[in-house]
Amino acid sequence: MSIPLSLTVNGKTVTADVDARTLLVDFLRNDLALTGTHVGCDTAQCGACTVLVDGRAIKSCNVLAAQVSGARITTIEGLAAADGTLHPMQAAFKECHGLQCGFCTPGMVLSALDLVAHHPHADERTIREALEGNFCRCTGYQNIVKAVQMGAATMSK
Amino acid sequence: MGANDSGPIGQAVRRREDQRFLTGAGQYTNDVVMAREACAYFLRSPHAHARIRSIDSKDAKAAPGVVAIYTGEDLVGVNGLPCGWLITGTDGKPMNEPPHPVLAKGKVRHVGDPVVMIVAETLNQAKDAAELVVVDYEVLPSVVNVVDALKPGAPQLHDEAPGNRCYTWALGDQAAVDAAFAKAHHVAKVDIVNNRLVPNAIEPRAALASYSRADESYTLYVTSQNPHVERLLMTAFVLGLPETKVRVIAPDVGGGFGSKIYLYAEETAMMWASKHVNRPLRWVAERSESFISDAHGRDHVTHAEMAVDKDGKFLALRVTTTANVGAYLSTFASCIPTILYATLLAGQYATPAIHCEVTAVFTNTVPVDAYRGAGRPEATYVVERVANQVGVDLGIAQDEVRRRNFIRTFPYVTPVALTYDTGNYDATLDEAMRLADVAGFAVRKAEAAKRGKLRGLGYSSYIEACGLAPSNIAGALGARAGLYEAGQVRVNPTGGVTVFTGSHSHGQGHETTFAQVVAGRLGIDIASVEIVHGDTGRIPFGMGTYGSRSLAVGGTAIVKALDKIVAKGKKIAAHLLEAAEADIEFADGKFTVAGTDRSKAFGEVALAAYVPHNYPLDKLEPGLDETAFYDPTNFTYPAGTHICEVEIDPETGVTEVVAFAACDDFGNIINPMIVEGQVHGGLAQGIGQALLEQCVYDRSSGQLVSGSFMDYAMPRADDLPSFKVGTKVTPCTHNPLGAKGCGEAGAIGSPPALINAVLDALASVGVKDIQMPASPHRVWQAIQAAKAGTAAAA
Repeated sequence: MSIPLSLTVNGKTVTADVDARTLLVDFLRNDLALTGTHVGCDTAQCGACTVLVDGRAIKSCNVLAAQVSGARITTIEGLAAADGTLHPMQAAFKECHGLQCGFCTPGMVLSALDLVAHHPHADERTIREALEGNFCRCTGYQNIVKAVQMGAATMSK
Repeated sequence: MGANDSGPIGQAVRRREDQRFLTGAGQYTNDVVMAREACAYFLRSPHAHARIRSIDSKDAKAAPGVVAIYTGEDLVGVNGLPCGWLITGTDGKPMNEPPHPVLAKGKVRHVGDPVVMIVAETLNQAKDAAELVVVDYEVLPSVVNVVDALKPGAPQLHDEAPGNRCYTWALGDQAAVDAAFAKAHHVAKVDIVNNRLVPNAIEPRAALASYSRADESYTLYVTSQNPHVERLLMTAFVLGLPETKVRVIAPDVGGGFGSKIYLYAEETAMMWASKHVNRPLRWVAERSESFISDAHGRDHVTHAEMAVDKDGKFLALRVTTTANVGAYLSTFASCIPTILYATLLAGQYATPAIHCEVTAVFTNTVPVDAYRGAGRPEATYVVERVANQVGVDLGIAQDEVRRRNFIRTFPYVTPVALTYDTGNYDATLDEAMRLADVAGFAVRKAEAAKRGKLRGLGYSSYIEACGLAPSNIAGALGARAGLYEAGQVRVNPTGGVTVFTGSHSHGQGHETTFAQVVAGRLGIDIASVEIVHGDTGRIPFGMGTYGSRSLAVGGTAIVKALDKIVAKGKKIAAHLLEAAEADIEFADGKFTVAGTDRSKAFGEVALAAYVPHNYPLDKLEPGLDETAFYDPTNFTYPAGTHICEVEIDPETGVTEVVAFAACDDFGNIINPMIVEGQVHGGLAQGIGQALLEQCVYDRSSGQLVSGSFMDYAMPRADDLPSFKVGTKVTPCTHNPLGAKGCGEAGAIGSPPALINAVLDALASVGVKDIQMPASPHRVWQAIQAAKAGTAAAA
């Protein structure tokens, strides 16, 4: 069954007809070629597929595209300026070496933005607990925590 | 020229690869798209052990969208997957090496063993068709652990491996060990299980295989740490194709940790099928598939004894290990519990005699192979647990028992076949103790006790052998491949430098570190250096990335190629400057006539090489493009001390890692930021092993119980502390960078530090032993058992 869909993705209006069982992550990756959103598991544990839906971090592997019709979606491709200037949170991840293989990174950055929106001055413990839904197998999280702190500080300026 | 006074070398240069990863522009295997793609799906065995009576795919073939369906019998001309290292047993015979079919033939031997490949227009159609395939299994009894597998009457996996034995192998002087034990003051003993782990790189394995009728060639995009090895094994051993017709590309790869070294069944079957269906084929593992098809790590059962004199001086070490290799021999499975394990049992200590016997055993589980550290974490765990036991038994402080036994004279020939070139173990121990604030521990412990908590401190002074080498010695020990690395430096006419390396980066940051080396050595802007890796179509050759070898071996190959570039540049400059070649010096990007201010910039020389109008054409070829292969003369020996501090709640058994300090000696460091990141990541995996991770198979059914992230405890951000890390430097003596390698140290050093800390914390309540992972349940049970024992004794 095909379902009509209209939503905003990274500031652009998108309309499409999708199969009812299409996951949001597959719609983003396959239909919109936004391949920065990754799939790392099948149980909504790893968080590599995290995107912002109306500003809230959600796991796009666990949501049907049809469920977010009318919503405002932000993927990792929607953060940097058109000239390539990184968003403060992206810049902080680079500055703090908060990424290695890069696979978890898009989801991590978007989760961090959700966190900062709710806790602009979060301490280390709060950040670690808030990132529980995002696995990173490379960094040991320490530099991610630093990056989130730096990104938050820059954003609040 | 020292390594640290040369431009970007030694600087925390921010990573050049980050821009694409941070903006979603990374190009991982599953991001590559081809025209006319079809999807591959693998129907896997639901049983641990079964005979295949029949496979009926008639209905499946007629299902919507199905392109083709293949079973093991259909793969005519396809050989089994090879093992890259031949171990010769104590009986003088080669290891038992049963066939490892790409798709099961006759029998399945573990849950997840691939049985049928379904090719369809879409993934959902392939999955739907898989539901219609009828495999008639005669389920057989299965065996999943090594102790059960060696028992008389145990289910037998392979006709070629009687008693489920792959080999029994030994290293060291047994007579000398026996003699030392006979005169020992005391023998410290440990019985340990090195728990089975699932690597779980966050990017699942994936492949995109295609065939071109135009030139009868194949292209494979694959999540690989070593595309040239993948091509060599696939063409020469399995598919019988010329290497010239196969291009393997490993684009951005989302973590490997060893699990992406190996040649796997899926991409092999897809390459073969891509020609038969004349379509590109895509496959991406779902995480639940990764758990039952990616090679696992560790899984040893070991008894170790250390003979000591009255002062705690080590006299001899005796180790017996049974290693689980799983259902089939994965690519390097055989050398992990032998060559990369027993050779490390000297650790940092001058133990005069060591003997180790290893029996490798087939079981109905996923194949086991190298996982971050690969043999060396297992060895370190043995040495550091037994060293800890010596301290406990004799009442000697843990730092002191180590100091009494440290090797201090180099080069040092161990009783287990290695020659350590350099090191300073006191320096790393001292610095780790400072970072850990050992002096303040007693106060912290007393404070915790007031809150009803148990604090413990644990040490681990590890050594590892990295940059596996040299090829001829490895060959004599059974390696079926070389262990060199290749690097090509192409200076372009306008002075930009393209470097082609056989090393592969899947998180290590080679595009930055290697560029620092090149820019520093040539005295040019790092922005004009491009690092190319991961493509057999562009890079001369390569053995890829494993065993913390990329800088020490791959980086050295680049340095050797740079040396050739500079040597040729001097000839060109001598001509341009009308001077003798011997008088030309190269520094800071300039070729200068010694003692004068006459010079030519690197870019001018490059241009002359490609526009050779004023050029010694009679003596020198145009162009500036050099390749080097580097075969190391020895391993490198990173070493250090890790100190873990835990706090345990005796009411719940919950162990919190409250502090972790690591001081490592990696030799010279090119990028301290990247090195620190590698240590952090390794520590997280080592702490994961010791505290959280446990791959569990059901003993009666052979089912993988911990088959998802819901069941397998991956370390999360709030499971870990902020680490305190430091380095000390003794440069490697036998490579020009003085580099040793840093990729695995964290995972090698940390598990015994954590468990020794747990044992230290629990000593006051009478607990004497605990196995990894120190889960709340296990710790709580140990406390209860100790209490009951104390009560019974009273």
